[in-house]
Amino acid sequence: MALKAKNQRLILALLAVVAIVGAALLAMSALKDQAAYFYTPADAKKDHVEVGRAVRLGGMVQKGSIQREADGVTIRFVVTDNVETVPVRFTGIVPDLFKEDSGVVAEGSFQPDGSFVATNILAKHDERYMPPQVAGEMHKTESLDANGAQQKGTK
Amino acid sequence: MFRGWPSRPLRTARGPLIPRRAVHIFANPARFLSIARPLTPWLGWPGLLLIATGLVSGLFLTPPDYLQGESVRIMYAHVPAAWLGMAGWSGIAVASLMQLIWRHPLAAVAARAIAVPGALFAAICLLTGSIWGRPTWGTWWEWDGRLTSMLVLFFLYIAYIALSSAGAERGSNDRVSAIFGVVGAANIPIIHYSVEWWRTLHQGQSIGLAGSKIDGSILWPLPLTTLGFTLLFAAIVLMRMRAMLAEAKVEARLKRMASE
Repeated sequence: MALKAKNQRLILALLAVVAIVGAALLAMSALKDQAAYFYTPADAKKDHVEVGRAVRLGGMVQKGSIQREADGVTIRFVVTDNVETVPVRFTGIVPDLFKEDSGVVAEGSFQPDGSFVATNILAKHDERYMPPQVAGEMHKTESLDANGAQQKGTK
Repeated sequence: MFRGWPSRPLRTARGPLIPRRAVHIFANPARFLSIARPLTPWLGWPGLLLIATGLVSGLFLTPPDYLQGESVRIMYAHVPAAWLGMAGWSGIAVASLMQLIWRHPLAAVAARAIAVPGALFAAICLLTGSIWGRPTWGTWWEWDGRLTSMLVLFFLYIAYIALSSAGAERGSNDRVSAIFGVVGAANIPIIHYSVEWWRTLHQGQSIGLAGSKIDGSILWPLPLTTLGFTLLFAAIVLMRMRAMLAEAKVEARLKRMASE
């Protein structure tokens, strides 16, 4: 008798857990697009993001695309996802990790000409961590000296 | 004044404590205590030693990251805190299921004991992550999938603590918080997969079953601090369980004295 009630509770609880997890997974996969933190250039083009709407644009900073303007605080660069590219203009201070061939998330809005004006720039890095010696010449950064052992330039 | 908390599963005062059909050897609080008491220092001290070793190694012996520089070192505290915040709630969910299904007399105590250190580690994860995010990403906080779901976990802990202490004070067989503990576990896979399902500012998973994307020279202190914090967590949970059982015993005794 007691065992039966126990087994009943076990089955009920397992069904409840499956239902809860299933519901959560369904809800979250439905959220997929809305919950994305930023648009990639290809998405932005596909979804026809309205001009002037506050959005985030994310991707890689195209190699060789960073240009400084004469005022010293305005920069132009190109965000790419290897499919589409968007030219971005930003006035202000960028994070230390912002550099060419590296991840970036720009907050701002699209302009009528298809370019993007950012009000804030965030750097996005990936999940691979390694010492400068391992990263080698390809990933050499300005914040590390030639030997890669010590930092300069940053606090 | 003499509230009758542990009413149902925890009649620790004097009389026999074993329910009619013991489902597990730890169903007997006295037997549990005889194991938990000596086990606590054996978990706590090695844990502290591992944490100290891991943190000192992580601060002085490992190289900086090629991209982030020195700030990568906060990982040695951030990753164990994230792991324990999530493992803590998994523990609450398992204990809650044991309470609901088998009416295990210690399950509710274990779940309540986990909640506070779990909330603490979730908070440490959020704080260290915020401090790490400022120099690397350029922001203290962003509402991306990973950060938001972790903040939800912290709020779930706070709600669980409030709910389970209210249940314990009422002295009822507290099933509401057990159900909440099981339902809240739905957030754990969401945290884990947030960086895969949604584009997030937070980077993807560095360490998985397939191996690590962190270079060995930077990685090696991380298992030390992770194991160390885990042992310390277990010791704290055992201490809290012992304190709660002792409290229950005192209250039951006072109640009996008052009724005599």
